[in-house]
Amino acid sequence: MNNDLLFDFNVDKAAKMVYITREFNAGQSLVWDAFTKAELLDQWGAPAPMRAKTKYMNFEVGGRRFYAMISPDGQERWAVQEFTSITPKTNFKMYNAFADKDENRELPGSEWDYIFSEQNGRTKVSITIFNESFERLEKLLEGFKIGFTMTLKNLEELLTTLSQK
Amino acid sequence: MKQDIFQAISDPTRRAILTLIAIQALTPNAMAEKFDMTRQAVSKHIKVLHDCELIKPEHSGREIYYHFNAKKMQEFDHWLAQFRQNWETQFSQLDQLLTTIKEQATK
Repeated sequence: MNNDLLFDFNVDKAAKMVYITREFNAGQSLVWDAFTKAELLDQWGAPAPMRAKTKYMNFEVGGRRFYAMISPDGQERWAVQEFTSITPKTNFKMYNAFADKDENRELPGSEWDYIFSEQNGRTKVSITIFNESFERLEKLLEGFKIGFTMTLKNLEELLTTLSQK
Repeated sequence: MKQDIFQAISDPTRRAILTLIAIQALTPNAMAEKFDMTRQAVSKHIKVLHDCELIKPEHSGREIYYHFNAKKMQEFDHWLAQFRQNWETQFSQLDQLLTTIKEQATK
């Protein structure tokens, strides 16, 4: 679909860093909004079939976003993002941690740094993620897997039902 | 407790051990010699690497030779590929959203 848009994904295993760079075919203001406004974030911030739901978001230094990733069977995995630095339209940093539904955080989390820059009407977003632990990263994927496993299980059940007829 | 693979490979000495035994299986004594370390220090590193299954012991007579477990490293790489895939999915969702917003703005 957007094959001409730059997408880089690099992992420095030794430094426990993940580097992601992506270009978007839109101006910096709009892309900035898509990353920093709850009503927009919830429309793209979870890989389908998961969806994201923000309970509240105060986008200011020291403020938080409390949100959930919801799998197709309705399982909620909550997380808290705490904004540690904001330079409007160009940069923000946050600390991300898993939490329970009452907002009790599970530490340690991960540190995220986003940089935005525009050129010729396209906006480049560079994301750096520092993770203290691989197990924590693994947990992140677990949630996504649950979503896919559910879908497959439903399909299996459907096939079983159909083949019994 | 399951060892964390990130922790295991974030140590330069352990990375050097892995690089070395990827070429040739070694005994703990041989490792200690090559790295000019005590047997105790080597044992600690071996334990970490063995706990997260990056190396596999093989008994040969009275000696234990450690082999590099390439399969485990592949699993880790496969896992990272999935992580990347998730991002790709999310970003193409965002592409669509940006297109929609831009279209609405010009109406």
